[in-house]
Amino acid sequence: MKQSLFVAEHEALWQQLEAWLAHRQLSKRERSRQPAPALADFPAAYRRLCHHLALAQSRMYSPLLIERLNRLVVEGHQYLYSARMHFWHKVVAFYLRELPQLVRAEWRALVLAALLFFGSLAGMIIAIQLNPDLVYAVLPGEQVAGMEQMYDPENRSRIGREREADSDVLMFGFYIRNNTGIGFQVFAGGLLYGLGSLFFLLYNGLVIGAVAGHLTHIGYVETFWSFVAGHSAFELTAIVLSGAAGFKLAQALIMPGRKSRRQALLDNSRTAIRIIYGAATLFVMAAFVEAFWSSLASLPATVKYAVGIGLWVLVTAYFRLAGQEQA
Amino acid sequence: MYRKLAPYTDMRLDTSYNVNTPEGITLRLSPAGPVPRTLAWLIDLSIRSVLSVFLLMLLVFLGNLGIGLAMITIFLLEWFYPVWFELRHQGQTPGKKMLQLRVAQANGAPVSPAASMIRNLLRVADFLPLMYGAGLASLLLTRRFQRLGDLAAGTVVLYTPQASSRREDFQYTPLRPEHALTLPEQQALILFAQRQHTLTPERQQELATLTGPLVVDTPDPAARLRDIAGWLTGQKA
Repeated sequence: MKQSLFVAEHEALWQQLEAWLAHRQLSKRERSRQPAPALADFPAAYRRLCHHLALAQSRMYSPLLIERLNRLVVEGHQYLYSARMHFWHKVVAFYLRELPQLVRAEWRALVLAALLFFGSLAGMIIAIQLNPDLVYAVLPGEQVAGMEQMYDPENRSRIGREREADSDVLMFGFYIRNNTGIGFQVFAGGLLYGLGSLFFLLYNGLVIGAVAGHLTHIGYVETFWSFVAGHSAFELTAIVLSGAAGFKLAQALIMPGRKSRRQALLDNSRTAIRIIYGAATLFVMAAFVEAFWSSLASLPATVKYAVGIGLWVLVTAYFRLAGQEQA
Repeated sequence: MYRKLAPYTDMRLDTSYNVNTPEGITLRLSPAGPVPRTLAWLIDLSIRSVLSVFLLMLLVFLGNLGIGLAMITIFLLEWFYPVWFELRHQGQTPGKKMLQLRVAQANGAPVSPAASMIRNLLRVADFLPLMYGAGLASLLLTRRFQRLGDLAAGTVVLYTPQASSRREDFQYTPLRPEHALTLPEQQALILFAQRQHTLTPERQQELATLTGPLVVDTPDPAARLRDIAGWLTGQKA
C-alpha cells in the first residue's frame, strides 16, 4: 500500500487521538473549561495506532510519518500506563500493615543499624562517665558550653521558662528541617556501599552519646533526660530505620546474590524507600513532640519520664504487633 | 542471533534506545546528557532559591511563628520540589520543561511515585564528593545517562518528543526511478525531499549529485530526486 493511501485512510483516527491526548495534557482548570474531544474507546484506538506504527515501520514509510506516529504512541503509552492511585486507601494500608511487616521482614538490616547507633551512643555515655574529658574529643568546647548553659538547672532561661507558642513553631520547623535531613543523609549514604550510612550512624550515635554522657556526668540529669524522654522513641527509631534503609541499598551492591547489581539495586530500593516513608513520618512526629511537649517546663519530670516510656512501648508494640494477622 | 525488522535497530551513533511495548511495537527514546540536565538543575535551583528567600522575607514579619513555617516550607522545597513536579506535571520540573526534558521510567512509562521519591532522596549521594561528582561520573559511565539515583529508581531523563521541522509537501511530478532502490535508499530520498527547505539550493544540488546513477542525465539533480521521492510516497501530483 502506498503511503498516501495509508495516510488518507487513517488520518481521521490520528487526529482524533491527537486532540484527545492534547486535551488530557491540559491542567485541570483548563480541561474543565474546554469540552473533551470525542473518542469512544481509547485503549482500542491506541491499539490500532500501535498497529499503524508497526506497519509504517515495516513498510518503511517516510520517517516523517513514522516520527509522527511514534510521538503519538509515546503520548498514548504515557497515558494508558500511568498508575491509577487509590491514594488514601493505600496510605492507610501502608501504616496499618505494610510498614511494620516490612520492618519485621528486614530485621537483619534493622539490627545492624540499631547495634551501630545505640552501641556507639551507649558506649560514649559510659566512656564519658569513666573519662569525662572524652567529650571534647567529639564536640568543640563552645558547643559543650552551650549545651551546659541550655540544660543548667540554675539557669532556666531557655528550657525552664514557658516559651511562647510561636517559638514552639520555630523550633518545630527547625527540628523537621534538621533531623529529617539527617535521616535522608543516613539513607542516601547507603549508596556508597553502606559506608555513608555506617559513618552517619556512628557519628550521630557518638555525638548524642557525648552530649548525654557529659550532661549526666556534671549532674544535669533531670533537666536533660526529662527533656529528651518524650521524643526519644520517635527520633531514635527514625534514625535506626533510615540506617536500615541505607543498608538495604548497600546490600544490593555488596551482596547482590544471583541478580545483577543494577537489578538488585532496583529491587532493594523499592523496599528501602518504604522504610524511609516510615522514618520520615517518625521524624515529623518526633519534631512535633520535641517542640510542643518536651519544652513544657511546668510539668514534673516524673510525668515526662512516664510519657517517654509509654511512647517507647507504643513504638515497639507497633513494630512488633501491627499487621500481625496478615503476615 | 536474529535481525529485528524495525528500522533504527542497527548500530547507532547517537544515544537513543528502543523499548518494546506490550502492543508489540518499538518506541524510540532519547535520554538527555549532562549539559541539558545541569542547565535544567540550575534553573530549578534558582527558582527554588528565589522562592525560599521570598518566603523568608514575607514570613519573617510574623515573628518566630513565621520563621518556623518558613523553615518547614524550605525543607519541603529542598527535598520535594522535584517530586511534586515530576508526579503532577508529566515528569517535568520547570527547569526540565524549559529544556524540553522529562523524567520517565526506563521503559518510557510515566515516573512512579516511589521512583520519584527514590531518585530525589538519593540526590545526596549523587552530590558527593562535591558538586555532583558521583552523579556526573555515573552519568558518563552508563549508556542511558543515569545518575546514581536514577539507577536505584530505574528512571531516565528523556528529551520530550518534538514536532519535526520537516515538511510533508514538496513540489514534484511523479517519476519512476530507473534503478531498483532498496527500502533504506527509498527512505533517504523521501527524507531528502522533505527536509530540502532547510538547505540552500546549492547544497541541495551538491547532495543530490552524490546519488550518482540516478541523476547522471539531468541538469537539475535535486528536482529529479524530488520527483522520484514523490513517486515513492505515491501522492497525487
